[in-house]
Amino acid sequence: MRPAPTFDLGKLNGGLRLPGEKANSTAMGIQVVPVPAQLVLPLTQHSGNAAQPVVGIGEKVLKGQLIADADGALSAPVHASSSGKVVAIEQWPVSRRHGDPAPCIIIECDGRDEAIGLAEPVIPYESLPLESLLQKILQGGIVGLGGAVFPTAQKLMQANTLPLESLLLNGVECEPYISCDDMLMREQAADVVKGAQILMYALGIQKCYIAIESDKPEALQKMADALTALNDSRMVVKMVPTIYPSGGEDQLVQLVTNKEVPSGGLPTDVGCLVQNVGTAAAVYRWICEGEPLISRVTTVTGDGIVSPMNVLARLGTPVAEIVAFAGGYTDRAKQLIIGGPMMGKSVTTDRVPLVKATNCILVMSHLAPPLDERPCIRCGECAVVCPVVLQPQELYWFACADDEVKLREHGLIDCIECGCCDLVCPSHIPLMASFRQAKARIRELADEKARAERARLRFEARTLRREIEEQKREDELAQQKRAAITAGPKEIQEMVERARRGKPPLERTEKGPD
Amino acid sequence: MWTSILIAVATITGIALASGLLLGFASRRLPPRTDSLVDQVNELLPQLQCAQCGYAGCRPYAAAIVDDDADINLCPPGGHDTVRRLAALLDREPLPLADAASSVSMSSLAIIDESLCIGCGWCREVCPVDAITGAHHYMHTVIARECTGCELCVTRCPVDCIGMVAAR
Repeated sequence: MRPAPTFDLGKLNGGLRLPGEKANSTAMGIQVVPVPAQLVLPLTQHSGNAAQPVVGIGEKVLKGQLIADADGALSAPVHASSSGKVVAIEQWPVSRRHGDPAPCIIIECDGRDEAIGLAEPVIPYESLPLESLLQKILQGGIVGLGGAVFPTAQKLMQANTLPLESLLLNGVECEPYISCDDMLMREQAADVVKGAQILMYALGIQKCYIAIESDKPEALQKMADALTALNDSRMVVKMVPTIYPSGGEDQLVQLVTNKEVPSGGLPTDVGCLVQNVGTAAAVYRWICEGEPLISRVTTVTGDGIVSPMNVLARLGTPVAEIVAFAGGYTDRAKQLIIGGPMMGKSVTTDRVPLVKATNCILVMSHLAPPLDERPCIRCGECAVVCPVVLQPQELYWFACADDEVKLREHGLIDCIECGCCDLVCPSHIPLMASFRQAKARIRELADEKARAERARLRFEARTLRREIEEQKREDELAQQKRAAITAGPKEIQEMVERARRGKPPLERTEKGPD
Repeated sequence: MWTSILIAVATITGIALASGLLLGFASRRLPPRTDSLVDQVNELLPQLQCAQCGYAGCRPYAAAIVDDDADINLCPPGGHDTVRRLAALLDREPLPLADAASSVSMSSLAIIDESLCIGCGWCREVCPVDAITGAHHYMHTVIARECTGCELCVTRCPVDCIGMVAAR
C-alpha cells in the first residue's frame, strides 16, 4: 500500500531547502559495530540530573546491567552495553561538552557479551497498570533519541496530566547528512510502530501520526507496510515536505496539525506529544524484549569518511572506533562534528564516546571559511526564513546592546537556534552565535536575580532576628534594673548573708561573641 | 441670594469634610504602599550585603539614599550600571563610582580552610546572610549556595583561614 498523499498539512513558516547529502550513507544497510575493547559511559546522557553510579571499580558487569541509577525527578539510568569489568569512574572527554571532560564509567569488555537475566519476565504491557508501565519505561534508561535526550518516562508522565489528542512520531530528519532515522524506519519499521502502540497505550490516546519527509520514499513505504501488517487504523503515515527545520518539535506540530505551539509553550499545549521514531523503537525493545537502551543507530558520514554508512553501535563505543569501522578518515578530514552540520557540536577529539544523543558523526573536509562580517543592510532575508517568525535583524541589535527587556519582548526565548538566518545573511553576520550568547546571558541574569532575592530575604530575616534579640536583652536589663531599684531592706539583708556564708564565686564561663 | 450662597458654601464644606474624613480614615486604616521608594532602590542594589558602602547592608543603604544621607555611587559591586539605574530612578545626576577598585562580586565564594578553623564563630557572627554554620569550638563551614561573596568574614577570621574562590 502506498501512503496516501496528504493535502491537509499546515504551513511551516520560513525554512530552507537544503541539499540533503544523504545518499552516500543510505547506500547500504545498517552495519553492526563489534563490541569495542573499552566502553565509556557518561553519567549525563540525558537532560536533567546526572545518574548516580551503583557499581564499584573492579566490579564485573553484564550486558544490560544497571550501572548508574536515575537521580531525582528528572533523570535517566545508564546500563552497561556489554559484559566486562568496571575499571574506572573518571573524567573523560564527552561530545556534550565539545570534547571537554565529564564523569564517565569506563568498562573493559571481556568480549563474551554476556547478557544479564531479566529481573522479571516480559509480560504483555496491556496487563500492566499505567503507573508501573511508566516506571518500567523509566528503568529502561530511555530518552528522546531525536537529540534533546529528555527522559521519555518523565515526558509521558507530564503529558498524562494534560488533555491530549494525538501522538506525533517524528521521522523527519531535516538536517542534511543525517539518515539514522531513515535507515531505522527502513529496517525496523515493525519495532517503531509497535513502540508507538505502547506509547499510545501509556498516554491513553487513540490517534498517532507518523510524520516522514518526502525525500524518504523507502521509509514511507516500509512504514506503511508495517502499518498494513499490523492493521491498526489508529495510526496514519503523513508525508511532510522536505524543508529545514520541519523536524523541530513545534514546527512539526504546526505542519501536521496546523496548530501553532504558543510562545514559551510545549506541543502538549495544543494536545500533541512528539516522540522520535528511534525512541518508539527503543521503548518496544525494552518493554517487549527486555533490552534496555544500550545501543543506537547513528550515521557516520561526511566527505572526511572513507565509506559513509549507518551503524548500530553500543553506547559508550569511542567515536574513533566507529570511524575506523567505517573505513577511517580520508586524507582531507579536517573537522569532527557530533550531530548535523546546522545544529551539531564541533568536538576537539575523537576519544568521545557514542551517547544516547549521538545521531550523527560528521567528518568534514573543509572548515567553514570565516567570511568577512559586514554591516547589516536590512534586507530582511533572515526574517523571511525564520521558522518561528522572529525578526533576527532586530534581535541582533538588541543582542549587541545587551538589552534584556527588548530581547524578551521580541521573543528571543522562542529562537530554536536552527541557523537558517546565518545561512541566508548576505553580510555573513553570525546571528545564531549572538543569539546563543544572549540567551546564556539572560539565563545568567535571571540566576543572579534569584540569588540576589534570596540574599535579600536572608539578610532581612537576620536583621529581624537581631532586632528581636536586642529587644529581649534590653527587656531583661530593664527588669534587673527595676528589681535593683525596688529592692527593700529584706533583700539587701539576704544578699549580705549570702556573701558572708562565703559562697564560692561563680565560675567564669567562657563566653564567645555569640 | 444669600440663601443660595449659603447653600453653595454648605455643600462645598460638606464635601470637603466628608472627603477629609474618608482620606484620613484611609491613611490610618489601610496598609501603607508596600512598594515604597526604599524597596525600589533596594531592588536595584546587588544584595551582596557587603557593607562596602558604609551601611550595614543593601536595605539600610537604600534607606539612606532615599533619605538623602548617602550618595548613589557608593556601591562598588553594583558598578556603573547600578549607579546609572539609580540615577534614572531617582532623577539624580549619575556620579562616577566613589571607590572603583573592588573585587567583590556575586561570582566569588568564601571557603573556610577547615583544618585551620578554631571554631571561634566570629565569621558566623559577621555573615550578613547566615551562610556560615558551625557549633562553638567546632569546625565552621560556608553554605556555598547562600554565600554572596561579600568577603566580610575574611578579615574577621583571627586565624586567617578564610579565602575567596571563583565559584560560578
